[in-house]
Amino acid sequence: MFVFLKKPKFWAYLVLLAVAIVFPFISPNRYYLTVVTLSFIYAIAVYGLNLIVGYLGQLSLAQAGFFGLGAYVSGLLSLKLHMSFWLTMPLAAVATTVVALMVGLISFRTRGHYFVILTLCIGVIIHLVIEKWDDLTGGVRGLIGIPRPTSIGPIDFISLESQYYLVLAFLMLTIFVMSRIASSLVGRTFKSIRNSEELAATLGINVMNNKLLAFGIAAFFTGIAGALFAGYIRFIGPDICNPNLTFEFLLFLLIGGQATIAGPLVGTLVANGLTESLQFMQEYRMVVFGILLILIVRFFPGGLAGETRILITKLENRFNKRKKSRTNAPSKGESHATKDQGFN
Amino acid sequence: MNLLIQQTVNGLTLGSIYCLVALGLTLIYGIMEVPNFAHGHFYMIGGYVTFFMMTLYGINYWVSALISGLVLAVCGILLERLVFNPMRHTPHSNQFIAAVGAMLFLEASARVLWGSDFRSIPAIYDKVLVFGGVRLTEQRLIIIAGAVVLMVVLYIFLKHTMIGSTIEAMAQNRDGASLVGIDVNRVAMLTFAVASILASAAASLAGPIFLVYPAMGSLIIMKAFVIIVIGGMGSIPGAVLGSFILGMTESLGATYISSSYKDVIAFAILVLILSLKPSGLFAKGAR
Amino acid sequence: MLLKTKALTKNFGGLTALNKVDFEIEEGEIVAIIGPNGAGKSTFFNLISGYYPSCSGNISFMGKDMTRTPTHKFACMGIGRTFQTTNLFTDSTVLDNLIIGYRSKTKMGMFDAIFNTSRARRDEGASREKAEEVLDFIGLTAAKWQPVGNISQEAAKRLAIGLALVAEPRLLLLDEPAAGVNHGETSELAGLIKKIQQTGITVCLIEHKMQMVMNLAHRIMVLNYGSKIAEGTPKEISNNERVIAAYLGGRANA
Repeated sequence: MFVFLKKPKFWAYLVLLAVAIVFPFISPNRYYLTVVTLSFIYAIAVYGLNLIVGYLGQLSLAQAGFFGLGAYVSGLLSLKLHMSFWLTMPLAAVATTVVALMVGLISFRTRGHYFVILTLCIGVIIHLVIEKWDDLTGGVRGLIGIPRPTSIGPIDFISLESQYYLVLAFLMLTIFVMSRIASSLVGRTFKSIRNSEELAATLGINVMNNKLLAFGIAAFFTGIAGALFAGYIRFIGPDICNPNLTFEFLLFLLIGGQATIAGPLVGTLVANGLTESLQFMQEYRMVVFGILLILIVRFFPGGLAGETRILITKLENRFNKRKKSRTNAPSKGESHATKDQGFN
Repeated sequence: MNLLIQQTVNGLTLGSIYCLVALGLTLIYGIMEVPNFAHGHFYMIGGYVTFFMMTLYGINYWVSALISGLVLAVCGILLERLVFNPMRHTPHSNQFIAAVGAMLFLEASARVLWGSDFRSIPAIYDKVLVFGGVRLTEQRLIIIAGAVVLMVVLYIFLKHTMIGSTIEAMAQNRDGASLVGIDVNRVAMLTFAVASILASAAASLAGPIFLVYPAMGSLIIMKAFVIIVIGGMGSIPGAVLGSFILGMTESLGATYISSSYKDVIAFAILVLILSLKPSGLFAKGAR
Repeated sequence: MLLKTKALTKNFGGLTALNKVDFEIEEGEIVAIIGPNGAGKSTFFNLISGYYPSCSGNISFMGKDMTRTPTHKFACMGIGRTFQTTNLFTDSTVLDNLIIGYRSKTKMGMFDAIFNTSRARRDEGASREKAEEVLDFIGLTAAKWQPVGNISQEAAKRLAIGLALVAEPRLLLLDEPAAGVNHGETSELAGLIKKIQQTGITVCLIEHKMQMVMNLAHRIMVLNYGSKIAEGTPKEISNNERVIAAYLGGRANA
């Protein structure tokens, strides 16, 4: 019945969750709490990117555009129509998904470099339109004074701690959904498309529908992340849809490890943690990150989580081989032996 | 009418700049099949080198531009050796990401070294010429003339020199080229050098009118990608044609449609083209 | 009549790769397509498996017109295939490959995955079961946890056939199943093909190994320069003068 109690993974997750819950109490100052909350918001968007880049194997660079779209839709609805956050957030997620599906219909007909360039250009279009549509978006001045998430009954979201828990809840939801998808047949289908679109189609998999599905799910969560960002920072400018933010998301993903469940969170926390803790990093941030991006794709395409998994698999295999020579039975451990790296 | 002529000249100016940048991008794509995302930032560095040569050392405009070309050639070769060459057998998206890394590195370095201020290469040809009511600065004419001269030089280089025709042969058939004993490495380095020189020339020419700043490469590289998609990735005539089409469209669009959305035009064209023809206007070279 | 093509034609640029080929495959038989290199055999396969659209002519499968059907529907309709260069999901295990092969038969979607519904569990179970069944059939059970990159060329060939089998096809198209394997392994593969046919699946194969073709096939079609030049039993084909001329001519050109 309670087999999961025996799994070390379950306990590891439990410990992590406990740390996340007590973090506001052990955090040395409020600044760290802000950084971590913000990292969690970004991480949700990176989980979206992970589904497309990591699992589906399509390098889509419109991610910041979708993030910004979610933020602006939520921000505008609450500012101009005075809607509650609990209404604007789902609407933002849905709007982002709808736009993403339209983008997907166009862009998934292209392949390879064309796809990358096209999605990047769509990201730029979203950025430019938000920047130039002064009457609606406030142009370069942005939206100021976006209301906080409205309180639910006795729970309000005024204190930093309560906002942290709000974001944490959504992050957990994201991780839960993503891990369910990744481990299911649906996730395997995405991975098969990453591996060989032609073969997947030959086996009767509707490649276009599956790509749209992944794109839609990713955009949904990215939209949520955008809405959370708008409600948390309460001031948004066109910079949040700048392609540079897409590149940062990509970096977070690659540091953490694409096509892994831990990757997006680990990568986002590590990258943001490094930037915040090393003061000199502030100025040189992108100098270092640019080089880091090259080094990662060249030498550690698995990222932190991926490379760790490869290492564990190697150790496990060695251990199993020794065990197998005694029991002579195929072990489950080897099923993890696949290396999730590369994009194609 | 005057406005139309004025805007046509502006469109040609813009097209000339795009052309020099897009030519390099398409050359690199044709030879190596890598989308060199950092190419626009070579344009930016080219602008800075010329700027500093002139302002810090008081060197003549043309000599500065020449020095800038040489510096950039070295940068191009370095990029090829350090980043793209070791990664040539990896999936295309990894190369793309590496190129993005190089781009972020270059832009951030420029910010750290030279600050985020807008600078302008001192204009020495700032006289205004008037032709029947149409006012043109000399620099605009120099940009157009410069681009034409460089295109002719490039044409002669590719068609009438030994090494140039090797580049062309390789652009057409990479595997075939290595079969007939062409030194692929040398050609790759040379291509990067030539492409980077073109980018720096574009910046030296544009610098007195358009400004020099760390982010100046990001928009132009994306437009250059739009251009080479329009013209067929890897195609040289396509890049030239695409550049002038885009330059004219933007210039006329800014006047007659909307000046604030003029930058959107390029990307809208791309989306439109790829919606109708997912493998690009000219399917050759599509992967 | 399981599959029928009428005046099936494919051009690449100015080149006619396949020229007005009429062909029929009967339920339950093993048919082979032979011909010199570049005769259009693989093109024919790519057309009848929906991999490319045809330029003109039509294809019908079990009485249904398939001429404009998208690739993925061919598998759902019951046409499975392998590729000349063994095509597998290289970044996963043998078992996982087969599980994906069964995907077109399962119905679970995103919500089933997220809420782990009974349909999700049923589908996952069925895929696993079917995959194990096929593993046993192709004789790769021992290698099921192996990453695909670690298995031998011959095992990869079997797995590719298995991958096409998981989706329970009525017609199985095998493109040079025995290319690049040694003599002993070839006869083992021939045995596997025979076994597949005995389960009621119709097999159509392209093959260069004449001995294997002559032993296996009930009927043979010969293509040359994109056109059908002969069709008949192995015996008829081996005595057909046009076929002999084509092969000799083909060799003389090579």
